[in-house]
Amino acid sequence: MANLPSIATRDRAPGAIAPGVGSYLIGLGLAAILTGASFWAAGTHLIWSQAVPIALAVLAIAQMGVHLVFFLHLSSSPDNTNNILALAFGILIVFLVVAGSLWIMANLNNNMLPMSELMRMQR
Amino acid sequence: MTDATADMFDEGVLALEGGGDEGPAPRDIIVSYGFWIFILSDMVLFSALFASYAVLAGRTAGGPSGAQLFDLRRVFAETACLLLSSFCCGLMSLSIEARRVRGTYIGAALTFALGAAFLALELSEFVGMVAAGDGPSRSAFLSAFFTLVGTHGAHVTCGLIWLTVMMAQVATLGFRDKVVRRLRCFALFWHALDIVWVALFTVVYLIGAR
Repeated sequence: MANLPSIATRDRAPGAIAPGVGSYLIGLGLAAILTGASFWAAGTHLIWSQAVPIALAVLAIAQMGVHLVFFLHLSSSPDNTNNILALAFGILIVFLVVAGSLWIMANLNNNMLPMSELMRMQR
Repeated sequence: MTDATADMFDEGVLALEGGGDEGPAPRDIIVSYGFWIFILSDMVLFSALFASYAVLAGRTAGGPSGAQLFDLRRVFAETACLLLSSFCCGLMSLSIEARRVRGTYIGAALTFALGAAFLALELSEFVGMVAAGDGPSRSAFLSAFFTLVGTHGAHVTCGLIWLTVMMAQVATLGFRDKVVRRLRCFALFWHALDIVWVALFTVVYLIGAR
Protein backbone atom coordinates (compact mmCIF):
# COMPACT_ATOMS: atom_id res chain seq x y z
CA MET A 1 0.00 0.00 0.00
CA ALA A 2 2.73 2.40 0.97
CA ASN A 3 4.39 2.43 -2.46
CA LEU A 4 1.21 3.68 -4.19
CA PRO A 5 0.73 7.45 -4.29
CA SER A 6 -2.23 8.32 -2.11
CA ILE A 7 -4.80 10.63 -3.59
CA ALA A 8 -4.35 13.62 -1.38
CA THR A 9 -6.64 15.90 -3.34
CA ARG A 10 -10.18 14.71 -3.95
CA ASP A 11 -12.24 15.77 -6.92
CA ARG A 12 -14.12 18.96 -6.30
CA ALA A 13 -17.66 19.64 -7.42
CA PRO A 14 -18.10 22.40 -9.99
CA GLY A 15 -19.57 25.43 -8.27
CA ALA A 16 -18.24 24.24 -4.89
CA ILE A 17 -18.75 26.93 -2.30
CA ALA A 18 -15.92 29.30 -1.37
CA PRO A 19 -15.37 29.81 2.37
CA GLY A 20 -16.61 33.37 2.53
CA VAL A 21 -18.42 36.25 0.93
CA GLY A 22 -15.13 37.77 -0.33
CA SER A 23 -15.00 35.77 -3.56
CA TYR A 24 -18.50 36.89 -4.54
CA LEU A 25 -17.73 40.53 -3.68
CA ILE A 26 -14.54 40.52 -5.78
CA GLY A 27 -16.46 38.85 -8.63
CA LEU A 28 -19.27 41.40 -8.42
CA GLY A 29 -16.79 44.30 -8.41
CA LEU A 30 -14.75 43.02 -11.36
CA ALA A 31 -17.87 42.09 -13.35
CA ALA A 32 -19.35 45.55 -12.71
CA ILE A 33 -16.14 47.25 -13.90
CA LEU A 34 -15.95 45.08 -17.04
CA THR A 35 -19.66 45.58 -17.81
CA GLY A 36 -19.27 49.34 -17.38
CA ALA A 37 -16.21 49.30 -19.64
CA SER A 38 -18.15 47.35 -22.30
CA PHE A 39 -21.05 49.82 -22.36
CA TRP A 40 -18.61 52.74 -22.33
CA ALA A 41 -16.56 51.27 -25.20
CA ALA A 42 -19.72 50.71 -27.27
CA GLY A 43 -20.68 54.38 -27.08
CA THR A 44 -17.37 56.21 -27.06
CA HIS A 45 -15.57 57.88 -29.92
CA LEU A 46 -12.22 57.66 -28.13
CA ILE A 47 -11.53 54.20 -29.61
CA TRP A 48 -10.96 53.73 -33.32
CA SER A 49 -14.39 52.50 -34.42
CA GLN A 50 -13.05 49.46 -36.30
CA ALA A 51 -11.42 48.21 -33.11
CA VAL A 52 -14.51 48.49 -30.90
CA PRO A 53 -15.92 44.98 -31.64
CA ILE A 54 -12.53 43.46 -30.77
CA ALA A 55 -12.41 45.48 -27.54
CA LEU A 56 -15.95 44.35 -26.69
CA ALA A 57 -15.05 40.71 -27.36
CA VAL A 58 -11.98 40.95 -25.12
CA LEU A 59 -14.01 42.57 -22.31
CA ALA A 60 -16.75 39.90 -22.63
CA ILE A 61 -14.27 37.01 -22.51
CA ALA A 62 -12.58 38.60 -19.49
CA GLN A 63 -15.95 38.93 -17.76
CA MET A 64 -16.83 35.30 -18.48
CA GLY A 65 -13.51 34.35 -16.90
CA VAL A 66 -14.36 36.45 -13.83
CA HIS A 67 -17.71 34.68 -13.52
CA LEU A 68 -16.10 31.24 -13.86
CA VAL A 69 -13.45 31.95 -11.23
CA PHE A 70 -15.30 34.03 -8.64
CA PHE A 71 -18.91 32.77 -8.98
CA LEU A 72 -18.38 29.16 -10.12
CA HIS A 73 -15.01 28.83 -8.28
CA LEU A 74 -13.20 27.00 -11.04
CA SER A 75 -9.47 26.95 -10.50
CA SER A 76 -6.38 25.21 -11.87
CA SER A 77 -5.90 23.10 -8.73
CA PRO A 78 -5.60 19.31 -9.24
CA ASP A 79 -8.97 18.67 -7.57
CA ASN A 80 -10.59 20.71 -10.34
CA THR A 81 -9.09 18.83 -13.31
CA ASN A 82 -12.31 17.09 -14.36
CA ASN A 83 -14.31 20.31 -14.31
CA ILE A 84 -11.69 22.17 -16.34
CA LEU A 85 -11.39 19.35 -18.89
CA ALA A 86 -15.15 19.27 -19.41
CA LEU A 87 -15.16 23.06 -19.77
CA ALA A 88 -12.28 22.94 -22.27
CA PHE A 89 -14.18 20.40 -24.38
CA GLY A 90 -17.30 22.56 -24.20
CA ILE A 91 -15.35 25.62 -25.34
CA LEU A 92 -13.87 23.61 -28.23
CA ILE A 93 -17.34 22.58 -29.45
CA VAL A 94 -18.71 26.12 -29.03
CA PHE A 95 -15.76 27.49 -31.01
CA LEU A 96 -16.20 24.90 -33.79
CA VAL A 97 -19.94 25.58 -34.11
CA VAL A 98 -19.65 29.39 -34.15
CA ALA A 99 -16.45 29.81 -36.17
CA GLY A 100 -17.36 26.97 -38.57
CA SER A 101 -20.83 28.39 -39.27
CA LEU A 102 -19.48 31.90 -39.87
CA TRP A 103 -16.69 30.60 -42.11
CA ILE A 104 -18.95 28.39 -44.25
CA MET A 105 -21.69 31.02 -44.59
CA ALA A 106 -19.18 33.74 -45.54
CA ASN A 107 -17.77 31.40 -48.16
CA LEU A 108 -21.21 30.64 -49.58
CA ASN A 109 -22.00 34.35 -49.63
CA ASN A 110 -18.84 35.08 -51.59
CA ASN A 111 -19.46 32.34 -54.12
CA MET A 112 -23.15 33.04 -54.69
CA LEU A 113 -24.22 34.95 -57.77
CA PRO A 114 -25.82 38.32 -57.07
CA MET A 115 -29.63 38.12 -57.04
CA SER A 116 -29.99 40.19 -60.24
CA GLU A 117 -27.68 37.80 -62.08
CA LEU A 118 -29.70 34.78 -60.86
CA MET A 119 -32.96 36.36 -62.09
CA ARG A 120 -31.42 37.04 -65.50
CA MET A 121 -30.26 33.43 -65.84
CA GLN A 122 -33.72 32.09 -65.00
CA ARG A 123 -35.30 34.03 -67.81
CA MET B 1 -5.07 -8.61 -16.80
CA THR B 2 -1.54 -9.76 -16.19
CA ASP B 3 -0.64 -12.11 -13.35
CA ALA B 4 1.16 -9.29 -11.56
CA THR B 5 -1.89 -7.01 -11.46
CA ALA B 6 -4.12 -9.94 -10.53
CA ASP B 7 -1.85 -10.57 -7.57
CA MET B 8 -2.12 -6.92 -6.59
CA PHE B 9 -5.94 -7.20 -6.57
CA ASP B 10 -5.70 -10.35 -4.44
CA GLU B 11 -3.44 -8.60 -1.97
CA GLY B 12 -5.81 -5.63 -1.80
CA VAL B 13 -3.21 -3.24 -3.24
CA LEU B 14 -5.43 -2.31 -6.16
CA ALA B 15 -9.16 -1.73 -5.84
CA LEU B 16 -11.73 -1.83 -8.60
CA GLU B 17 -13.35 1.49 -7.74
CA GLY B 18 -12.06 4.72 -9.22
CA GLY B 19 -9.86 6.94 -7.11
CA GLY B 20 -7.56 4.18 -5.89
CA ASP B 21 -7.91 3.30 -2.24
CA GLU B 22 -10.53 5.93 -1.53
CA GLY B 23 -13.33 4.46 -3.62
CA PRO B 24 -15.62 6.37 -5.97
CA ALA B 25 -16.24 10.08 -5.57
CA PRO B 26 -19.00 11.07 -3.15
CA ARG B 27 -22.49 11.64 -4.45
CA ASP B 28 -22.29 15.45 -4.02
CA ILE B 29 -19.44 15.65 -6.51
CA ILE B 30 -20.97 13.22 -9.00
CA VAL B 31 -24.32 15.10 -9.03
CA SER B 32 -22.71 18.51 -9.50
CA TYR B 33 -20.37 17.17 -12.16
CA GLY B 34 -23.26 15.64 -14.09
CA PHE B 35 -25.11 18.93 -13.93
CA TRP B 36 -21.95 20.73 -15.07
CA ILE B 37 -21.93 18.49 -18.17
CA PHE B 38 -25.58 19.42 -18.79
CA ILE B 39 -24.73 23.13 -18.50
CA LEU B 40 -21.90 22.74 -21.01
CA SER B 41 -24.29 20.99 -23.43
CA ASP B 42 -26.66 23.92 -22.92
CA MET B 43 -23.79 26.22 -23.91
CA VAL B 44 -23.43 24.21 -27.13
CA LEU B 45 -27.15 24.81 -27.79
CA PHE B 46 -26.65 28.54 -27.27
CA SER B 47 -23.58 28.50 -29.52
CA ALA B 48 -25.74 27.22 -32.40
CA LEU B 49 -28.22 30.06 -31.80
CA PHE B 50 -25.36 32.57 -31.59
CA ALA B 51 -23.93 31.24 -34.86
CA SER B 52 -27.28 31.60 -36.66
CA TYR B 53 -27.73 35.09 -35.22
CA ALA B 54 -24.25 36.13 -36.35
CA VAL B 55 -24.95 34.81 -39.86
CA LEU B 56 -28.36 36.51 -40.11
CA ALA B 57 -27.59 39.76 -38.22
CA GLY B 58 -27.33 41.79 -41.43
CA ARG B 59 -30.37 40.28 -43.18
CA THR B 60 -32.96 42.89 -42.23
CA ALA B 61 -35.09 42.53 -45.41
CA GLY B 62 -35.68 46.28 -45.49
CA GLY B 63 -36.85 46.24 -41.86
CA PRO B 64 -35.26 47.98 -38.89
CA SER B 65 -31.70 47.13 -37.88
CA GLY B 66 -30.39 46.60 -34.37
CA ALA B 67 -29.15 50.17 -34.18
CA GLN B 68 -32.73 51.44 -34.68
CA LEU B 69 -34.35 48.94 -32.29
CA PHE B 70 -32.07 48.53 -29.28
CA ASP B 71 -32.24 50.77 -26.23
CA LEU B 72 -28.89 50.38 -24.48
CA ARG B 73 -30.11 51.96 -21.24
CA ARG B 74 -32.69 49.20 -20.89
CA VAL B 75 -30.03 46.59 -21.71
CA PHE B 76 -27.75 48.08 -19.05
CA ALA B 77 -30.58 47.83 -16.49
CA GLU B 78 -31.20 44.20 -17.52
CA THR B 79 -27.48 43.43 -17.17
CA ALA B 80 -27.36 45.02 -13.71
CA CYS B 81 -30.42 43.02 -12.58
CA LEU B 82 -28.97 39.71 -13.75
CA LEU B 83 -25.50 40.36 -12.31
CA LEU B 84 -26.91 41.35 -8.92
CA SER B 85 -29.24 38.35 -9.05
CA SER B 86 -26.23 36.09 -9.62
CA PHE B 87 -24.45 37.76 -6.67
CA CYS B 88 -27.48 37.24 -4.40
CA CYS B 89 -27.58 33.61 -5.53
CA GLY B 90 -23.97 33.32 -4.33
CA LEU B 91 -24.94 34.77 -0.95
CA MET B 92 -27.82 32.30 -0.82
CA SER B 93 -25.34 29.46 -1.47
CA LEU B 94 -23.24 30.63 1.50
CA SER B 95 -26.36 30.61 3.73
CA ILE B 96 -27.26 27.12 2.50
CA GLU B 97 -23.80 25.74 3.32
CA ALA B 98 -24.11 27.28 6.81
CA ARG B 99 -27.69 25.87 7.02
CA ARG B 100 -29.12 29.31 7.81
CA VAL B 101 -32.82 29.23 6.92
CA ARG B 102 -33.54 32.95 7.15
CA GLY B 103 -30.48 33.90 5.08
CA THR B 104 -31.45 31.33 2.46
CA TYR B 105 -34.97 32.76 2.16
CA ILE B 106 -33.69 36.35 1.95
CA GLY B 107 -31.08 35.40 -0.66
CA ALA B 108 -33.65 33.47 -2.68
CA ALA B 109 -36.16 36.34 -2.50
CA LEU B 110 -33.56 38.83 -3.78
CA THR B 111 -32.39 36.41 -6.49
CA PHE B 112 -36.00 35.89 -7.57
CA ALA B 113 -36.94 39.58 -7.49
CA LEU B 114 -33.92 40.65 -9.57
CA GLY B 115 -34.44 37.79 -12.02
CA ALA B 116 -38.10 38.73 -12.35
CA ALA B 117 -37.14 42.38 -12.92
CA PHE B 118 -34.81 41.24 -15.71
CA LEU B 119 -37.61 39.22 -17.29
CA ALA B 120 -40.07 42.13 -17.01
CA LEU B 121 -37.61 44.45 -18.80
CA GLU B 122 -37.02 41.88 -21.53
CA LEU B 123 -40.73 41.20 -21.99
CA SER B 124 -41.52 44.90 -22.25
CA GLU B 125 -38.85 45.18 -24.96
CA PHE B 126 -40.37 42.24 -26.87
CA VAL B 127 -43.92 43.57 -26.51
CA GLY B 128 -42.84 47.01 -27.72
CA MET B 129 -41.10 45.55 -30.77
CA VAL B 130 -43.99 43.27 -31.71
CA ALA B 131 -46.50 46.11 -31.24
CA ALA B 132 -44.44 48.25 -33.63
CA GLY B 133 -44.65 45.50 -36.26
CA ASP B 134 -41.08 44.35 -35.70
CA GLY B 135 -41.90 40.83 -34.50
CA PRO B 136 -39.96 37.66 -35.31
CA SER B 137 -41.65 37.35 -38.72
CA ARG B 138 -40.43 40.77 -39.91
CA SER B 139 -36.96 39.67 -41.09
CA ALA B 140 -34.36 36.92 -40.74
CA PHE B 141 -32.45 39.20 -38.38
CA LEU B 142 -35.46 39.56 -36.09
CA SER B 143 -36.24 35.81 -36.22
CA ALA B 144 -32.70 35.06 -35.07
CA PHE B 145 -32.87 37.83 -32.45
CA PHE B 146 -36.12 36.62 -30.88
CA THR B 147 -34.95 32.99 -30.92
CA LEU B 148 -31.62 33.73 -29.23
CA VAL B 149 -32.80 36.28 -26.66
CA GLY B 150 -36.09 34.40 -26.15
CA THR B 151 -34.26 31.12 -25.43
CA HIS B 152 -32.19 32.87 -22.77
CA GLY B 153 -35.37 34.41 -21.35
CA ALA B 154 -37.02 30.97 -21.30
CA HIS B 155 -34.04 29.63 -19.33
CA VAL B 156 -34.40 32.48 -16.83
CA THR B 157 -38.13 31.71 -16.51
CA CYS B 158 -37.34 28.03 -15.84
CA GLY B 159 -34.76 29.13 -13.26
CA LEU B 160 -37.33 31.28 -11.43
CA ILE B 161 -39.81 28.38 -11.33
CA TRP B 162 -37.04 26.05 -10.15
CA LEU B 163 -36.05 28.50 -7.40
CA THR B 164 -39.68 28.71 -6.20
CA VAL B 165 -39.94 24.92 -6.09
CA MET B 166 -36.64 24.69 -4.18
CA MET B 167 -37.82 27.18 -1.56
CA ALA B 168 -40.96 25.08 -1.11
CA GLN B 169 -38.71 22.06 -0.61
CA VAL B 170 -36.56 23.91 1.93
CA ALA B 171 -39.76 24.85 3.77
CA THR B 172 -41.22 21.34 3.78
CA LEU B 173 -38.19 19.02 3.71
CA GLY B 174 -35.54 21.24 5.30
CA PHE B 175 -31.84 21.08 4.45
CA ARG B 176 -31.61 17.35 3.79
CA ASP B 177 -28.79 16.19 1.50
CA LYS B 178 -31.04 15.76 -1.53
CA VAL B 179 -32.36 19.32 -1.24
CA VAL B 180 -28.90 20.83 -0.73
CA ARG B 181 -27.60 19.01 -3.83
CA ARG B 182 -30.49 20.41 -5.89
CA LEU B 183 -29.84 23.90 -4.55
CA ARG B 184 -26.17 23.60 -5.62
CA CYS B 185 -27.29 22.60 -9.12
CA PHE B 186 -29.61 25.60 -9.19
CA ALA B 187 -26.72 27.92 -8.26
CA LEU B 188 -24.63 26.45 -11.10
CA PHE B 189 -27.52 26.99 -13.52
CA TRP B 190 -28.11 30.57 -12.42
CA HIS B 191 -24.44 31.61 -12.63
CA ALA B 192 -24.17 29.93 -16.06
CA LEU B 193 -27.17 31.93 -17.33
CA ASP B 194 -25.35 35.12 -16.35
CA ILE B 195 -22.34 34.00 -18.39
CA VAL B 196 -24.60 33.45 -21.42
CA TRP B 197 -26.04 36.94 -20.91
CA VAL B 198 -22.52 38.45 -21.00
CA ALA B 199 -22.00 36.94 -24.46
CA LEU B 200 -25.52 37.97 -25.44
CA PHE B 201 -25.41 41.65 -24.50
CA THR B 202 -22.00 41.97 -26.14
CA VAL B 203 -22.77 40.22 -29.43
CA VAL B 204 -26.42 41.17 -29.87
CA TYR B 205 -26.85 44.55 -28.22
CA LEU B 206 -23.49 46.34 -28.00
CA ILE B 207 -22.10 45.24 -31.36
CA GLY B 208 -25.59 45.19 -32.93
CA ALA B 209 -26.43 48.74 -31.85
CA ARG B 210 -23.44 50.21 -33.68
